[in-house]
Amino acid sequence: MSLLPAGAIDCDIHPSVPSVEALMPYLEDHWREQVIIRGIDELNSISYPLNSPLTCRADWKAASGRPAASAEVVARQALDPFGTSIAIANCLYGIQLLFSEDMAAAFARAVNDWMVKEWLDKEPRLRASIVVPTQNVEMAVDEINRCAADKRFVQILLLVMGDTPLGRRHHWPIYAAAEKHGLAVGIHAGSAYHNPPTPVGWPSYYTEDYVGQAQAFQTQLTSMICEGVFTKFPHLKVVLLESGFTWLPAHLWRLTKYWRGLRMEIPWVDRAPGDIVRSNVRLSLQPVDGPPDLASLMKLFDHMQSDELLLFSTDYPHYQFDGTAAIPDGLPAELVRKIAIDNPRATYARLMETVG
Amino acid sequence: MNEVRTQPIPEATVASKVAVADGDIHPARQGPKDYHPWLSQRWQAHLDEYGSPARQGWQVGPAYPKSQPNASRRDAYPPEGGRPGSSLGFMQQQHLDTNNVALGILNPLGSGQGVQNPELSAALCHATNEWQLAEWTSKDSRLRASVVVPYEDAVASAAEIRRYAGNPAFVQVLMLSRTAEPLGSRKYWPIYEAAAEAGMPVGVHAFGYGGNPVTPGGWPSYYIEEMTGHSQCQQAALTSLIIEGVFERWPTLKMVMIEAGFAWAPSLAWRLDKHWKTLRSETPHLKRLPSAYMRERVWWTTQPMEEPEPRAHLLDTIEWLGWDRLIFATDYPHWDFDDPAHALPVRATEEQRRAFFLGNARNVYRGCGA
Amino acid sequence: MSRHVVATAHEIPEGGRKLVTVRGRPIAIFNLKGEYFGLLNRCPHQGGPMCEGLITGLREAPMPGDYVYSRAGEILRCPWHGWEFDIRTGQSYCDPERIRTRFYPVEVATGQTVVEGPYVAETIPVSVEEQYLVVEM
Repeated sequence: MSLLPAGAIDCDIHPSVPSVEALMPYLEDHWREQVIIRGIDELNSISYPLNSPLTCRADWKAASGRPAASAEVVARQALDPFGTSIAIANCLYGIQLLFSEDMAAAFARAVNDWMVKEWLDKEPRLRASIVVPTQNVEMAVDEINRCAADKRFVQILLLVMGDTPLGRRHHWPIYAAAEKHGLAVGIHAGSAYHNPPTPVGWPSYYTEDYVGQAQAFQTQLTSMICEGVFTKFPHLKVVLLESGFTWLPAHLWRLTKYWRGLRMEIPWVDRAPGDIVRSNVRLSLQPVDGPPDLASLMKLFDHMQSDELLLFSTDYPHYQFDGTAAIPDGLPAELVRKIAIDNPRATYARLMETVG
Repeated sequence: MNEVRTQPIPEATVASKVAVADGDIHPARQGPKDYHPWLSQRWQAHLDEYGSPARQGWQVGPAYPKSQPNASRRDAYPPEGGRPGSSLGFMQQQHLDTNNVALGILNPLGSGQGVQNPELSAALCHATNEWQLAEWTSKDSRLRASVVVPYEDAVASAAEIRRYAGNPAFVQVLMLSRTAEPLGSRKYWPIYEAAAEAGMPVGVHAFGYGGNPVTPGGWPSYYIEEMTGHSQCQQAALTSLIIEGVFERWPTLKMVMIEAGFAWAPSLAWRLDKHWKTLRSETPHLKRLPSAYMRERVWWTTQPMEEPEPRAHLLDTIEWLGWDRLIFATDYPHWDFDDPAHALPVRATEEQRRAFFLGNARNVYRGCGA
Repeated sequence: MSRHVVATAHEIPEGGRKLVTVRGRPIAIFNLKGEYFGLLNRCPHQGGPMCEGLITGLREAPMPGDYVYSRAGEILRCPWHGWEFDIRTGQSYCDPERIRTRFYPVEVATGQTVVEGPYVAETIPVSVEEQYLVVEM
C-alpha cells in the first residue's frame, strides 16, 4: 500500500446537512417560515441517493440519520485515520437545483453560516468551499464577497452540470471574484438537473448518471478553455472534484487536435489546451477510475505529462475505496507526497493562512 | 484572390499503397431531386412547402456553423460541379482508387434521420437506402451501404431493416449518437432486435438531432465545442447501451462507434467497471463487467485519430483497447479527414497494421471477407 | 541543387498563386504585394495539398471577443484540417511556443518532453531575376 505521508491535505470531503432543521437558525425569518408553511422538504439531489452503496461506505454509516453529520464524526472517521492535517469540506446540499434565485441565495447563506458555526469553528483541521446561488451570478458574487473575509473559505463550489456551460461569459463575475480573493474555483460532480444529465438525454439508471459525470467534466473543461476563461483570468485555479482523471489525456489530445484546425474560431486561445490545464487546472484523486494494474496507471500518468495535477482526496463518505487505501498501491513515494501535500498547497493559496 | 492555376501533380500509384477498408464514407446528393425517384408526390410537395426540419432552429444549415462549407475538404469539390461527395467518379479518382480502398462503408448523412415529422423521416430514410443501391453500390463493388433508419420510430425502423436484411449490399444499420433518449433506452430496442436478427452491426455515427443540449451542462457557444463534444455524446450513448443491457439482451449484436475517435474508450471501460461493481444491485440484468461487453461487442472507427505528443502514447491506448477493435476510416470528404498513409504514425507490427487497415472491418461487416 | 524558372515575373497577380512541380516536388509560388514566396505543397500535418487552401488573414484576440484581423492575404489554411500557415515564413499558428504572447504562471512539468509536432511548412526561397521567378532546389 502506498503510505500516506503525515499531514496530508484531503481536498474533497462531504459533511451532510443532517436535515433542513439544522439550517433553520441560519435562515432569515421569511425563509424560515417558508420552509415550514410550504412544507419544503430536504434539498437532497438525486446525484447521491441517500442509501445507495456509493453515497456512504458501510462502515461510515450512522446508527440513525445522515452520515458525516457532525464535526466529531468527521474527525474520527475522515481525518484521524489518514493523519490528515487539513480537509476541505464541500457541501452538496441541493441548493443549485432550485429555480428561485432568492430562495437559492437564502439557502446558500444559511449553508455557509452553518458551515462556519458547526464545522470550521469546531474542528481546526477543516476548511470549506463557499456554496453559491449560481441561479443569479450577481447574488453569487455577493455571497463570495460576504464569505471571503473568513480565510477558512478556500474555494467557491460549483456543480459540474448547471444551466449553461461554465466557460460562458455571464459566469465570469464569479471568476473575477475568485481571482480577487485568492479563492480556487471548485467544480464538483453533480447536476442541477435543469438539463438532462447526459448530452444524449435522461438516463434510466443511477449508474449511468454517476459514470456520466466524467463526460460532464470533459465538456466543462472544453468550455472553460475555449471560451478563454484562462486568457481573461490567467491566475485562476480551477479544481475538478470527484471527477475521475484517467479520461484527461485522451480528452486533451482530441481538444488539441481540433484547436489546431479551428483556432480561428477562438483566437484568444493562444496556448495548447494541455498547457492551460497544466498551469491552471487540478483534479482531485478520488474516485480513481483507473486500470486494474499499476503499470498501466503509471503509463497513464506519463500521458498526463505533469505530476502536479492530482490533489489527494478521500471523497468521504462516498464509497470509493476500502479501509484507508485512498492512494493506489505502488505509487512512488515522491509522487505520493506531491499528490498529498505539495500539489494541494500550491493550488489553494489560502490554505496556509490559518485563522486563530 | 483565391484563383488557383494548377499544373498536374504526380499522384502515388495505387500499387504502392496497401489495401484499406474505409469505415466511414459520406456520399452526398447533388440536390434535393436526387431522391425523387423514391419519394411520393405527397412528400415531394411537402418538402417544397414545409421542408424537413429536425430538432434545431435553422431551415437550412446546421445548428453550429461549420468551419468550412459542407464541413468538407476544400479540395474535394468535383470538377463537374456539385457538393463534395456527390460524384462517384471523382470519389473514385480522388479517394477510392488513390488510397486503394478495398471496402468502403457508406454512411449517408442528411438523410432524414431525426427529422421532426415521423412519416417524412421514414420516407426520406427509405429513399436514401434505395439511392445508395441505385447510385453507389451497384456502380462500384467496393462500396457497401448502411440501412438508414428513422430511429425515433423504432417500429418503422425495424421494418426498414427487415426490408434489406437479405440484400448483401447492406452491411450495417446506421444510427446517430445524439438521439432524443440515450441509445440504450427501450424505445430503440426493436431496432436492435431487427439488426441482430439480420446479422448486421449497428453503426452509431456522431451528430444527430435529438434536441438535447450538446453538453449535460447546457448549450456551448462554439463549433469547436460541438465537435469535441461528439466524444462525450458517444461515451454517454455507449454507457447507456451497456447499462440498459442491450448487449446482454442480444448476445450477437455488434456496435460500431463512428467518427468520434477512440482514445476515450479505455478510461470509460475502467470507470464503468469501477462504479458498476459498487452499484451492481441496481442492474441485476447485467451478468458481466461492462468492459467485457465493450471488449467483445464494440468496435471503433479510427477517425478522427487522436494525435498525442509524443505519438507513441497512442500505442498504449491501442493496446488497452485492443488492436482488433479498430476499423480504419477516413470520413471522406469531410475536413477532419484521416489520410491512410499518415494516419498511423506509430510502430505497429505487420499483423497489427493488417487488422487495423482492413482485417477488423472484414470481421465485422458480413460478406466482406477476403 | 539547381535553379529552375517557375514563372514569368508578371504571371502571378498580386494575391494569386501558381502551383508547379520542380524535380518531382509540388510547390506553390505566392505573390504577396509584389514579393514572392514559395511553399512545398504538402502539409506537414498529414501531407494534404496545403497550397490549394484558402488564403486569408491572421485572426488574433488579446481578450475573448476582441477580434483583431490583420495581414489579409498572408495566411494560408490547409484545405484539409484548416491549419494556418504564414505564407512568408511557413510557420504555423498552432505552435504552442510560437504564439505565447503573455506571461503565464507556468511551472515546468516533470517529464515533459519537447513538444513534437509538424508545425512548420517547408519554405522555398524565390528570387526575381529580370523577367523570371527562380527557385533553387
